[in-house]
Amino acid sequence: MKKRSNEPFLWILFSAGGMVAALLLPIHLLLFGFAFALGWLNGPGYDRLIEILRHPLTRVYLLVLCSLPLFHWAHRFRYTLYDGLQIKHLNELINTFCYGGAVVGTAIAVYLLWSIP
Amino acid sequence: MTNRIELSVKRYHPENDQQPWFESYEVPLRKEWVILDALNYIKDHLDGSLTFRWSCRMGVCGSCGMNVNGVPKLACATFLTECAPGPVRVEPLKNFPILRDLVVDISDFLMKLADAKPWIIRKVEKPLEEEYFQTPEQVEAYKQFSMCINCMLCYAACPVYGLDPLFSGPAAIALAQRYNMDSRDQGAGTRMDILSQHEGIWGCTFVGECTKVCPKHVDPAGAIQQYKVTSSIEWLKSLVLPRGAE
Amino acid sequence: MVHPTEYVPKSYHPRVSTYWWLGRWAYAKFILREISSIFVAWIVVTTLLQVRALKAGPAEYAQFQAWLATPWVLVLNAISLFFVVFHAVTWFNLAPKAIVVRMGGKRLPAAAIAASNYAAWVVVSATVLWILLRGTR
Repeated sequence: MKKRSNEPFLWILFSAGGMVAALLLPIHLLLFGFAFALGWLNGPGYDRLIEILRHPLTRVYLLVLCSLPLFHWAHRFRYTLYDGLQIKHLNELINTFCYGGAVVGTAIAVYLLWSIP
Repeated sequence: MTNRIELSVKRYHPENDQQPWFESYEVPLRKEWVILDALNYIKDHLDGSLTFRWSCRMGVCGSCGMNVNGVPKLACATFLTECAPGPVRVEPLKNFPILRDLVVDISDFLMKLADAKPWIIRKVEKPLEEEYFQTPEQVEAYKQFSMCINCMLCYAACPVYGLDPLFSGPAAIALAQRYNMDSRDQGAGTRMDILSQHEGIWGCTFVGECTKVCPKHVDPAGAIQQYKVTSSIEWLKSLVLPRGAE
Repeated sequence: MVHPTEYVPKSYHPRVSTYWWLGRWAYAKFILREISSIFVAWIVVTTLLQVRALKAGPAEYAQFQAWLATPWVLVLNAISLFFVVFHAVTWFNLAPKAIVVRMGGKRLPAAAIAASNYAAWVVVSATVLWILLRGTR
């Protein structure tokens, strides 16, 4: 049997990332980027945030929140470059930049979330 | 109330022309006329050299696909009154090489359609005396995708098909799915090998224009997304099960 | 493919323009949807910056919050908010196409699946809000 491509795997990551981004990023941005930063709502103080952050579930949640949407971006941006700018002949460079970027972002997230004071 | 309408038709004569050009014709604006009637009027009375494909004139053969005012349409299903007051721009189907006037080279589509193996594939054929029974639910599972008339409007609407020569295209994948979902078929694995190649289905970025222009409401975009899901599940299964265990 | 012969000199197949997506509103909307992924990535970056600031201490976190309130960041985040909501809406509306749910022999209508996506969106968002605003015991 011919070897099947790994596209399904990348598409699964893209879909999972898209769902996470759709469900969670709006409320996160609305609260931290606007409501708390601009004082529309009384946000959690530093102590409360650190307390939440220390919980292992929060760290898993944040890892998912930061990693999967990056893979969603990687896949979508790759195809946007292929079709929008028609530079598919640079596909090796594009793939490295996109998926590599997502891997680097995930690594940074792991590093940041691994040890919390 | 004017009773004439102008058609601006793309012409191309390969023996003379380097580029296509537009020619304008004035045809009667009859309320029951479609673009195809206008083209036949032009050919009969105004310009016998106008070349175009058509057959059934009732939206079932898929021959008369063309771009009308930039949108892929069946010439036999687009009323002149819809396009009034004009001028109506009539061009050959987008994303295909133009052979002559409104006639395009569809061999790429036919090749990709054949790759999808749009026929019942059985591991073991039943003897002729035995029937394949299907419940209404089983027919329902694939019926929508079986409505395709191979008119290629979806290919003209799909930007990825225009950009990526390896992409199989909406109709081919929808027809593959039509057979995959058919309870009589056992060829899903065979089709998966061909279509799940790098670009076969994965080039699709779900623009969704194919479904919008389909005259038979086949919903090829839906078929492709479902095929992606099935393909992903098969990939996950292949991680767990050894390749030979299918 | 048709090869040029004496009787069919050559077919005409121009290269697709780089600006193909400006040709129709549907294509432009599609490209906007795809561009939203860039802003999704930006929001992840700000989240990572937020975690880093939190870890560094109260002073650094206060600085981070002040940075969030600077004009260009606010503008960028406002655009990001628009795009991530645009992504969410288009995502929830399109998801039903990929998932065929059959109940009692008939396929569930797309609107039902989309509605459940939106419901999940509300529930999840409310949960996040509740956890953050719960305050000290």
